[in-house]
Amino acid sequence: MINFQGVSKNYKNNGHSSVALEDIDFSIEPKEFISLVGKSGAGKSTIVKLIIGEEKPTKGKIIVSSHDISKLNSSQMPHLRRHIGVIFQDFSLLNNKTAYENVAFALEAAGRPQIEIDEFVPQALEMVGLANKMNNFPKELSGGEKQRVAIARAMINHPDVLIADEPTGNLDPANTSEIIKLLLKINELGTVVILATHNKEIVDDLKKRVITLENGKIIRDEKNGKYILD
Amino acid sequence: MFTTLSRIIKYGIVGFWRSGLISVATIVVMFLAIMVFQNLILFNVLAKSALDSIQNKIDISVYFNVDTSEDNILKIKNELEGLVEVKNIEYISKSKAFEIFQSRHKEEEIISQALEELGENPLAASLNIKAYNPSDYSAINSYINTAAFKNLIYKVSYAQNSLVIERLTKIMDTAKQFGAVLTFVLSLVAILITFNTIRLAIYSYRDEINIMKLVGASNAFIQGPYVVEGIIYGIIAATLGFFILLPLSYFASPYVEIFIPDMNLWTYVISNALTLFGYQAFFGIILGIISSSIAIRKYLKV
Repeated sequence: MINFQGVSKNYKNNGHSSVALEDIDFSIEPKEFISLVGKSGAGKSTIVKLIIGEEKPTKGKIIVSSHDISKLNSSQMPHLRRHIGVIFQDFSLLNNKTAYENVAFALEAAGRPQIEIDEFVPQALEMVGLANKMNNFPKELSGGEKQRVAIARAMINHPDVLIADEPTGNLDPANTSEIIKLLLKINELGTVVILATHNKEIVDDLKKRVITLENGKIIRDEKNGKYILD
Repeated sequence: MFTTLSRIIKYGIVGFWRSGLISVATIVVMFLAIMVFQNLILFNVLAKSALDSIQNKIDISVYFNVDTSEDNILKIKNELEGLVEVKNIEYISKSKAFEIFQSRHKEEEIISQALEELGENPLAASLNIKAYNPSDYSAINSYINTAAFKNLIYKVSYAQNSLVIERLTKIMDTAKQFGAVLTFVLSLVAILITFNTIRLAIYSYRDEINIMKLVGASNAFIQGPYVVEGIIYGIIAATLGFFILLPLSYFASPYVEIFIPDMNLWTYVISNALTLFGYQAFFGIILGIISSSIAIRKYLKV
């Protein structure tokens, strides 16, 4: 499904080069639920950015849904991204579009016909419990509601993978558990979920595979893992 | 394809409407740029008609000796008309010259009395020569001075007017060059200001552009609506500019007529309304398209 082979990533800044990832190897099978944990700067977000093609690896190979991403050009990239749903800590909604339009945008960008949009968008918003707020703009929604819109948008194209980068970082405990429940439900329906977080409670409650990163290296990869950092 | 296009247009219109203040600010700047452009067009039209009307006033007159026969003068007229520089030649016979002289001085009794006393027509017949180009007069003049019929000529007005003609020629050349430079510089300023404004507007959307990319939108699908917005800015700004031009030219028209008698600004604007509006709309739309395309490019590289 997803395969990292000897991946390194250096960021260059004003001539200084800093290592974000060093010789990373792992693979993710279909239907898995994976937590990526580690301190800030350990390399979690870099892995997310590499999978969605926002950054290119300095060294190594990344296979996503049988595509070598570093070989995709800029016109092929949008097609790959339609197979990967992403949600972020800052929700990343389009602020001048309503909840409905935000979700519909993903389908429209994929060139899907209007009939499907009319049918699927309300369904997706219903799934995340926002059927009554479809025509609200993001600024009229709470943090938890925004994140649920983002999840509906990420899922609308039926992606193979859903990547959640600190999705609960800006949310209170009640909303956090709502979001995690949604992620689990999505995983049960067959989508790979990659959750990057530093919330210990969430990871320990999940009892799923945990990859622990430190200083750009994988220090632990356990099937039924816990959040352990020294 | 059609679905994508209609979605791009829909998003352009919706985006334009929802951007509110940014849209208004951009339109205002674009409107000012179009006003500059429009005034440059009019300035060039006015300058051209002013120069033309000055040019029409320049001529040289060849006065013949009183005893030269009309046949001879007409022969010379024919010969001069063969010159490439000559635009037209008007023959003013002795009696015609007398009529002109009389009507010009009919208020002054002493002069009319003096003419009556004289009993005969003392005025010389003449040829009034107009050239295509003010700088051609000296060539025509030297042709006349070396021609075989030189001894029939009493005098050529070029001698007295040459200084004025040369000076006018210089002024007109300078005015043309100045107009061209002014047009170039001001157009450039208008274009740069509009470009920058649109760039700022798009800069404020950079996060949104990034989000759209991550959701899997192609570059064309992201860029399209902004280009549509740019076109809308251009159309609105051009329409505003045109409707401001109407009252402006109406009120300015009498003042323009004082300087350039042959020019009626209002009539000109009305009879060329479609062309003028077309130029402005074209300028606005092209400016909108190019500015937004270039401005957005920078953010599409994610």
